[in-house]
Amino acid sequence: MTFALVLPGFNNGIPLQAYLALAAVLFCTGVWGLINSRNAVRVLMSIELMLNAVNLNLMAFSNYLDGQLIRGQVFAIFVITVAAAEAAVGLAILLSLYRNRETVDMERFNLLRW
Amino acid sequence: MTIASTTELICFLVLSVTLVAGSLGVVLLPNIVYSAFLLGGVFLSVAGLYLLLNASFVAAAQVLVYVGAVNVLILFAIMLVNKKETLAAIPGLLLRRVLSGAVCAGLFALLLRVSFTTDWALPGPTPVGEEATIRIGEHLFSDYLLPFELASVLLLMAMIGAIVLARRDVFSTDVITGEPVDQGLIEKVRTPLLLEKPALEKTP
Repeated sequence: MTFALVLPGFNNGIPLQAYLALAAVLFCTGVWGLINSRNAVRVLMSIELMLNAVNLNLMAFSNYLDGQLIRGQVFAIFVITVAAAEAAVGLAILLSLYRNRETVDMERFNLLRW
Repeated sequence: MTIASTTELICFLVLSVTLVAGSLGVVLLPNIVYSAFLLGGVFLSVAGLYLLLNASFVAAAQVLVYVGAVNVLILFAIMLVNKKETLAAIPGLLLRRVLSGAVCAGLFALLLRVSFTTDWALPGPTPVGEEATIRIGEHLFSDYLLPFELASVLLLMAMIGAIVLARRDVFSTDVITGEPVDQGLIEKVRTPLLLEKPALEKTP
C-alpha cells in the first residue's frame, strides 16, 4: 500500500490558485512591511519580498498557462536582473543617507514632508 | 520535473509554510540580522517553488542572484549602518499599523477573489519541463534580444551609480600627482549635511 496524501481541491496536482494565493500572501506581507518598517534596510527587504511575489506569479502562469513558450520565465529573469540593480543602488543610497543623517530611522528622513 | 503527486504536494506544503513564516519573520522580528537571514530562507523556498514549477534555470538564477548577491549585500549594509539607536516613539503608531494591516488584508482578499473567480484557460499546453533552459536561451537571443542587451546597460549603470553614491573620498593628496587636493571639493565625511551646523552660524 502506498501512502497518498490528497487535500480537497488538490486532486490533480497543485492547482494554479494555490501558487497565486501564496504569492498574494507574500505580496501583502511585503506591502505591510514597506509601510510600517522604521529601519530603512527592512524597507529594502520588504521590496525584495514584493518582487519575489511577482516573480512567483509569473512563474506559475508560465507553467500552467504558457507551458510551451515559457515567456513568464524570461520575464522573471528580467525582473531578477532589475531587482539586483535596485538592491545595489538602494543600498548605496541608504549608505549615503546614513552618512548624512547618522540614522536609519525612516521617520527622520522627513525633509520633503509638508 | 516528474515526481509523484504526493511528494510534490508535501514539498509544496513545506515550502509554503517556510515561505509564509519566513516572510512574516522578515517583517515582524525586531532584530534586523535575524530578518536578513530569514530573507535568505524566503529566497531559498521561492527557488524550491520554482523547481516545482518546472523552472530549474530560474531556480538556479534565484539562488545565485538573490541568496548569493542580494542577501549578502543586505547583510553588508546592516553591518555598515549597524548603530544601536533607540527609536523615538511616534503618536498614533499602533493606529497606523492597524490601518495599514486592514488595507493589506483588503488587498489580499481582493487578490484571492480575483485568482479564485477568474476562469483561467486551464489546462494549458503541456509544460516543456527540462527543455525550459533551451527555450529561455532561444527567447533571449531572438525575440527578447533588445531587453537582454538593455539589461546589461542597466546593470552597468547600476554598478557605476552605486559606486558613485556610496564612495567616500578621504584622500588628502591627489593619488596621481601627489599634490594636496582642494578639500572643499571633497565630501565632508563626519559632518551631516542636513543637521544643524554650529560652526557656520557664527557671524562676526
